[in-house]
Amino acid sequence: MADHATPNPDRYFVPAPSAWPFALTVALVAILGGVSSYLEDKHIGPLPIYAGGALLVYILFRWFRGVALESEGGFYGAQVDRTYRWSMAWFIFSEVMFFGAFFGALYYARHLSLPWLGGEGSKIETNLQLWPGFENAWPTNGPAKLNGDFDTIPAFDVPFVNTLLLLTSGVTLTFAHHALKAGKRTQTILWMWATVALGCAFLFLQAEEYMHAYGDLNLKLASGIYGSTFFMLTGFHGMHVTLGTIMLLVITLRLMSGHFKPDSHFGFEGVAWYWHFVDVVWIGLFIVVYWL
Amino acid sequence: MAHHDHAHDDHAHDHDHEHHGPEKGIMRWIKTTNHKDLGTLYLFFAFTMFFIGGLMSLVIRAELFHPGLQFVDPEFFNQMTTMHALVMIFGGVMPAWVGLANWMVPMMIGCSDLALPRINNWGFWILPFAFTMLLGTLFMEGGSPAGGWTMYPPLVLQTGNAFPFLIFAVHLMGISSITGAINVAVTILNMRAPGMSLLKMPLFVWTWLITAYLLIAVMPVLAGAVTMLLTDKYFLTSFFTAAGGGDPVMFQHIFWFFGHPEVYILILPAFGIVSTIIPTFARKALFGYDSMVYAVASIAFLSFIVWAHHMFTVGMPLAGELFFMFATMLIAVPTGVKVFNWVATMWKGSMTFESPMLFALAFVFLFTIGGFSGLMLAITPVDFQYHDTYFVVAHFHYVLVPGAVFAILAGVYYWIPKWTGRMYSEKWGKIHFWLSAIFINITFFPQHFAGLAGMQRRVPDYAVQFVDWNVWSTIGAFGFFLAQFIFIINMLACCYGWFGRKQGLPDRVWEGAHGLEWTVPSPAPYHTFEEPPVVSDNELTAAHDSVDALDHHKLS
Ligand code: HEM
Ligand SMILES: [Cu+2]
Repeated sequence: MADHATPNPDRYFVPAPSAWPFALTVALVAILGGVSSYLEDKHIGPLPIYAGGALLVYILFRWFRGVALESEGGFYGAQVDRTYRWSMAWFIFSEVMFFGAFFGALYYARHLSLPWLGGEGSKIETNLQLWPGFENAWPTNGPAKLNGDFDTIPAFDVPFVNTLLLLTSGVTLTFAHHALKAGKRTQTILWMWATVALGCAFLFLQAEEYMHAYGDLNLKLASGIYGSTFFMLTGFHGMHVTLGTIMLLVITLRLMSGHFKPDSHFGFEGVAWYWHFVDVVWIGLFIVVYWL
Repeated sequence: MAHHDHAHDDHAHDHDHEHHGPEKGIMRWIKTTNHKDLGTLYLFFAFTMFFIGGLMSLVIRAELFHPGLQFVDPEFFNQMTTMHALVMIFGGVMPAWVGLANWMVPMMIGCSDLALPRINNWGFWILPFAFTMLLGTLFMEGGSPAGGWTMYPPLVLQTGNAFPFLIFAVHLMGISSITGAINVAVTILNMRAPGMSLLKMPLFVWTWLITAYLLIAVMPVLAGAVTMLLTDKYFLTSFFTAAGGGDPVMFQHIFWFFGHPEVYILILPAFGIVSTIIPTFARKALFGYDSMVYAVASIAFLSFIVWAHHMFTVGMPLAGELFFMFATMLIAVPTGVKVFNWVATMWKGSMTFESPMLFALAFVFLFTIGGFSGLMLAITPVDFQYHDTYFVVAHFHYVLVPGAVFAILAGVYYWIPKWTGRMYSEKWGKIHFWLSAIFINITFFPQHFAGLAGMQRRVPDYAVQFVDWNVWSTIGAFGFFLAQFIFIINMLACCYGWFGRKQGLPDRVWEGAHGLEWTVPSPAPYHTFEEPPVVSDNELTAAHDSVDALDHHKLS
């Protein structure tokens, strides 16, 4: 009967059974188990982390390569294209919400918990009993002055340069996109390299800033709520830029080996969406973390 | 009933990406990208977790049978309450919903499979690993997490070696939920058969679409919250430390921003199932289809602005208490619309009471009791008294067990003939229903009184005046647990053909059922729709509340 029928390949794309997802999970769990035992001083050695990491990279490579080959092989119709568009949009939305939690924490600290610790409104007793003499100010490492005095990184210094770098990278990426749509492959590739270079420059400056903060400013993760929000927000953003840069690089290499067509290149567009998202998060960071 | 055999022999299966049937042995399940295989895996996993979580709840109930300490020490008791909740919510109910979505969404909207089959496999296989990590903590130094499923700091930061495993297990569950949700949402948005427009979709599909939206919106927030716990414990951040300018209450805000939408994630698909089953067995079109959709959408919207009703007693500013009180009460409006519609659907219907219908009816009654106790809790000054008592425990168990879990049971009874091609035993289904319905009320109804009289939750001992309520509660819990084996055996017998059960059911197993899933053979073939089906009006009547559709079905 219909039991062994197969969905019409012109209509649907139904991939063959695959061991990639299972292996990816094994890799993830090896890493997380290794990290957990490390954090709890039950160190079982770095092997699970390295082995898991290697497997993770390998599987991701295989999986994405497989998808690229399927795409180039013409297995994806209009429906798959829409599937990827919707999926990427939802995925970016989930990322927005993840950052939202940390932006929310920053807002809460600055507008609620710190004023309360300082005795605002009905919280006068909190201040008098628990933290007498603490005055609400920003930046702060809290009433206990955790980790001692520190300095912050001024917004209109390297962070501003970084803003310009990321904004420019958004422009170069758009040029690349237009060139791709116009069928000008060499131009596309050049603009893509420019984008990758700008991403790397951003990461380089960001790393410098971190070293400066730790080495010269005594601004650390341990520096109270300022240090916590500063490093967690910029740190997660930095991780996303790293990932984004790798994705841009992969797309560039794919362009160089002839992938994508002027009218069909969602791999490119998905990465571009992601890059713009990372860009927008940075604008938010620049305003509320560095500037205000 | 005649089955229209889909033309499939004429197109070539030439390229190597096509596999015709499942692989053999264990590798079939490890490598599968088929929505029915994965649906089955999800459901088996969920019921395994229901069993493990159920055992934990029996430890709790045994300890509470009498005041004083009898079986376990308080530390272990707290581990049980914490793990019970985590296992039931993230391991039981949520995977059961994803399993049902896997099986039914493609069949209901008329497509071949979920949009991202490999991601689907990934989302499932994360779960056994995540729960091995979580359950493994029971054997670690310091035991498993014991600070409550809500993981409030600073208490949770005192967890022993289990702590990072807890955090990472939650991260993994989050990845699984988000991938599952993206998959279902994209399938619904992108793969509907021609003619299946949004406002004609079956309600199970609608409620799942909105559930998926909630999941994608709030699971990342939970991930953020537990990440902050992790860095507070190991990397010296002070998100939740007042000394550094943070605030432990901030965790509660972030957690419940996730947590309240989460309770709707647990219940919305149940609304969908009940809205599917009641019309079938009342033999009438669903009353107020559009208003059902809008009610679910407004519940989802409101669920984002009520979170602090879990925090009335932490010392919020007055304006906050008031806002969250009124916003919470607003949810009763769309919820009332739904209950009204279910009742109106049955009005003058020609009803029969097969097992799925019995569970759906019990849902309507008992979930509503949970809704009422919720309304009481929503009243801020009243909650000052009820908070952290057994009244809250009674409230959320009424919405979750005779609510979400009964709907899962109803759904499995309703569709198991379609999945396996074999009918379950109606007699044992009814016995299972009555035992479940009676015992669940014996378990949880007395907890309202114990709570109102002041018995605290999450404490292994209690004052002697609460003994009677607790004795009943424990008896009910053991009875309910045991009754579920009737269900398990009944369903496995359908899967494996025990007791001489034969295949050979018609396509439309329930004569009053509408929907595309009833146009394909029972059992449904491995790949259901090779081509998008033609959606006839008959299959959409479940989604139509027009007078025409109604009359037509009264006559036929
Ligand atoms: C009319 C609808 C509802 C209202 C007004 C409502 C209200 C409330 C309130 C005010 C609380 C906090 C009680 C306290 O801790 O003092 C609460 C707790 C809770 N509710 Fe509801 N609720 C409703 C529906 C639901 C539904 C549908 C579910 C799940 C399916 C649910 C699950 C829970 C859970 C799990 C808790 C306890 C969480 C914990 O502290 O561990 N509620 N509800
Ligand atoms: Cu709530």
